[in-house]
Amino acid sequence: MDPLTYARERLLAPAELDEGRIGAILGNALGGSVDLADLYFQYARQESFSLEEGAVKSGSHAIARGFGARVVAGERTGFAYSEEIGPAQVAEAVSMAGAIARRGEDAATPVAITAAAPAAPLYTGVDPIAGLTDGEKVALLGELDRIARALDPRVDKVMATLAGSFETVLIAASDGSLVADLRPLVRLNLSVVVEDQGRRESGSAGGGGRTGYACFRDQPHLTPEALAREAVRRALLNLEAVDAPAGTMDVVLGPGWPGVLLHEAIGHGLEGDFNRKGTSAFAGRMGERVAAPGCTVVDDGTLRDRRGSLTVDDEGTPTGRTVLIDDGILAGYLQDRHNARLMGVAPTGNGRRQGFAYLPLPRMTNTFMLPGAAAPEEVIASVADGLYAVHFAGGQVDITSGKFVFVANEAYRIRGGRIAEPVKDATLIGSGPECLTRVVMVGNDLRLDDGIGTCGKCGQSVPVGVGQPTLKITGLTVGGTR
Amino acid sequence: MEVDRDLAGAVEAALALAREGGADQAQAAAQGSVGLSATVRLGEPETLKHHRSRGLSLTVYRAGAKGYRSGTASTTDLSREALTATVEAALGLATRTDDDPCAGLPDADLLAIEQPDLQLAFPLDLDPQRALGEASACEAAALAVDPRLTNSEGASVSCHGARLVLGNTHGFLQGYATTRKGVSCTVVASANGTKERDGWYAASRDPADLTTPEAVGRIAGERTARRLGARRIATTRAPVCFDPDAAATLLGHFAGAASGTPLYRRTSFLAGTLDTPVFAPLVTIHDEAHRPRGLGSCPFDAEGVASRDRAVVEAGMLRGYFLDTYAARKLSTTTTGNCGGPHNLYIAPGTASLEELLRDMGRGLLVTDLMGQGVNLLTGDYSRGVAGFWIEGGAIAHPVHEVTVAANLKEMFRRIVAVGRDLEFRGATASPSLLIEEMTIAGA
Repeated sequence: MDPLTYARERLLAPAELDEGRIGAILGNALGGSVDLADLYFQYARQESFSLEEGAVKSGSHAIARGFGARVVAGERTGFAYSEEIGPAQVAEAVSMAGAIARRGEDAATPVAITAAAPAAPLYTGVDPIAGLTDGEKVALLGELDRIARALDPRVDKVMATLAGSFETVLIAASDGSLVADLRPLVRLNLSVVVEDQGRRESGSAGGGGRTGYACFRDQPHLTPEALAREAVRRALLNLEAVDAPAGTMDVVLGPGWPGVLLHEAIGHGLEGDFNRKGTSAFAGRMGERVAAPGCTVVDDGTLRDRRGSLTVDDEGTPTGRTVLIDDGILAGYLQDRHNARLMGVAPTGNGRRQGFAYLPLPRMTNTFMLPGAAAPEEVIASVADGLYAVHFAGGQVDITSGKFVFVANEAYRIRGGRIAEPVKDATLIGSGPECLTRVVMVGNDLRLDDGIGTCGKCGQSVPVGVGQPTLKITGLTVGGTR
Repeated sequence: MEVDRDLAGAVEAALALAREGGADQAQAAAQGSVGLSATVRLGEPETLKHHRSRGLSLTVYRAGAKGYRSGTASTTDLSREALTATVEAALGLATRTDDDPCAGLPDADLLAIEQPDLQLAFPLDLDPQRALGEASACEAAALAVDPRLTNSEGASVSCHGARLVLGNTHGFLQGYATTRKGVSCTVVASANGTKERDGWYAASRDPADLTTPEAVGRIAGERTARRLGARRIATTRAPVCFDPDAAATLLGHFAGAASGTPLYRRTSFLAGTLDTPVFAPLVTIHDEAHRPRGLGSCPFDAEGVASRDRAVVEAGMLRGYFLDTYAARKLSTTTTGNCGGPHNLYIAPGTASLEELLRDMGRGLLVTDLMGQGVNLLTGDYSRGVAGFWIEGGAIAHPVHEVTVAANLKEMFRRIVAVGRDLEFRGATASPSLLIEEMTIAGA
C-alpha cells in the first residue's frame, strides 16, 4: 500500500476527516498576515525488550497518536496540539494557533488539498514490530547475553535492549500539499561490565537504522556476535586504560562515529534558525573560509535505510544533500520552511520535530565529511605525541560562542607515530569556527556510524547519523587529569 | 485532595481489564495536563504554544514459578477500546518476559494512606496576552543591562497544570494536582567580533511566589555581559569553586550514583558505601518529599509508596540511597519511596557568601557553566567542558572559556572544603556554591 493511502486510513478515516474538511479548516486560518498553516498527524507505535542477568526483565509497548496545528505569520508562530483527532479538535487547534497572527477580515477560502507526487521511499513501509515474533526478539537478546559471557570470564554484567518503532505521519499545508511517510526504526544495544581484581569497567555497542529487525541477522557489523565482541573489547580495554592527559595536543579522530565532531563543531551552528537570528558563531559568514582546504562536509538525508534519513522531512519537503562546507568554504545552511522563507532561500528538507506535540525546527539528518587522500596509518604515523580517539560518548555545543565538547570513550596515546596505551574517558573541547581550520590531514577511509545517534535541541530528540574519514587536528584541548 | 474523576475512571477501568485478562497484580497511572508557553524575541511575539495532553501507562504482573513476569504498555487514547488494546499489549508482553522474584507491586503496608497538604496546585492564568507581556518585560530588562547585549534568543513564560492519578490492585487509588509557572530568558552579548550567550530562569508552584520577570531578565543580562572577553588559561591544577547551578549538577551525579538500578547492578561507584564517609564532614544532604510548594514534592512516589523527608548524607556519612521497590528487593532492603528519583534534594547551606568562598580560595577557577556528558558513574571519573571566571587574589580576574575540569567524583566529594550559604530552590535539585580543594584544569 502506498504511504498516503495507508496514512489516510490510519489517521484520517477513523477521525472522520478528509482532504475537503482539512482544506476548509486550513482556509479558515489564512488571510491577514498569515504565511503558512499546516497540520501534522502522527500515529507512532513503539516497543522495547530489556535483558539483564540473563533474563528478559521488561517489555514495553506504547502508542502515541495525535496532531499538531501550526500557523505562521512573519516571524510569529502559533501552535496547538491534541491527542484526540477529529474535525472539532482540529478546527479548535487551528483557531488557537491562529490567534498569534494579525488577521484580516477576508472571508475564508478553503484550501484545495492535493496529494503531491510521492517521493520514492528510502526505507521499507513495513512495520518492524510485526517482522519478528516476540519469542524471536527475546531470543536475539538471549543470544547477545550468551555470546558476551562466553567471550571472557571477566564479563560480570550484560544489559541489552532491543527497540523498534513505526511511525505514520501525514502533513497537510495551506499551500495545498498533502504528504505521507511511513518510518520504521530499529535499534539493538548492549552494555557490559567487566571485573578484574576489584576494578570494574564498562563498554557498550549498538546499532540499527530505518529498517526491519532482519538487519541484526543480515548486516555483518550489527549481528549479536559483532555487537557483543565490540562491547566486550571496549570494556576489557578500559581495564587497561590509564589517566588521560590534560592539555592541548594533536588529535587523530578515527573514522565513523567520531563524526559527532562535525555535528557539534559546525552542524548545529549552520542550522537556519540560529543564522537567521544571528545568534550562531557562523552567522553572516557564508562564502568565508571556516575549514582547511580539503574539508567538504555534507548533510544528506537521502541515504537508504539509515537512522538519520527521511524520505520527506516533517514539513513534507523531500530531503536532499546539502553541502555545508565546500573545500573549506562555508557553502550552505540547513533550512526548514519557516526559516527558509524568512531568509529568502529554498527549504533543504531539514524541518524536523520529535512528534506531533512539538514545533518543527531546522535539524541535521546524516552529517559527514567526504574522504581525502591520506591512508589512516600515514595519519597516525605523522603524530609524535598526541591522542588517537576512535569512539565517543556524545557531545554538546554552545552555538553562540562556538565552543563544543565531546567525550572520547575509546582513546589511545600516540607516541612516536605509533598507537600506545589506552586512556580513560576524557572530554575534548574546541571552538567550532576554528577547529576545522586546523584539520591538517583527511583520511581516505570515510565511514558512517552504526546507527546510534540521537540529537537534542530545544528539548526535542530526533535520530541522526554522522560520519567522517580519519582526521588529524592540531591543537585540540584534551581534558584528562595528567 | 479530590481525585480527577476522568483519570480515576480510566485507571480503574485499566486495572479491572487487567484482572479480567489474567493479571495477578497491576498498576496504572493516568496523567492530564494543560498549559501555555509564550516566547517574545526582540520585543515581538515569536511563539505561542498551547499544551493539552493526557495518557495512561499500565504495568501488569503475572505469577510464574519463580516470581512475577511483567509487561508495560502506554496509550494517549483513554477510550475503552484503546484501554482494552493497551491491557492486551501489556499482558502479551508479560508472557514473554522471564520470572523475576523481585518484580511486583510494593508491599501494601508501605502505600500512602493519608495525603499531607503540600500546596502544589494554585490558580493559573492562561491568558496568552498577559504571558506575552511578562515575557516582553523580562527580555527588555535583560537587554537594558548592558549596551553590548545586542541580540536575543528570547524570553519565555510558561504555565502548566497537571493532574495525576495512580492506582494498583492492592486497592490503592489516589491522585494529586500540581501547577508550575516558569520564566526564562537567554540573550546574546557581542564585542570585538566574539559572541557569548547566557540566561536565567525561575520557576515556582504558585505564580505569586515567582521572581518577577524583570528580575529574571536583569540576572540573565548580567550573566551574559560578564562573559565577554573570555579567554583560555594554561593547563594547571587549582582549586575549583562551583556556583549554585554548577554545584547542583554535582548533586545530580551523586543522586544518579546513589540510585537503585546502578547500585544493584554494581555499576555505581557508590555501591557498598552506605554508612561510610562519602563526602567531606561539612556536607549534609537532605531529600524532602513533603516540602510545601516544592518543585519536587509529592505525597507518594510513582508506585504509591508514602514518601518522606530524610537526611541522605549526615556530616559526610552516606545514610541512605534512592530506592524503588524493585531495586530495594534486589538489595534485600526496603524501598525509600524514591520510585521516580529524589524529591527536593539539596545540600544544607553553610554560612559563607560566594564572595567569601572566592576570597578563601584566593587563586583558582569559578565554574558557572558546564558542557558535555563526561561523567562515568561506574568509576566516578569526571571530565567536563566549563566556562566561568579565573580568580586571583580572591576576586574575579577575567572570564574563562574553552577549558575542561577533571578529577574523580569520589575525590571531589571528599575534597569539598567550603559550602556557601547561597541555596535557592529553582528546581527539584538545589545546592549552594561548593569549593573543591583541587582539580585538573586543561586549557591552552
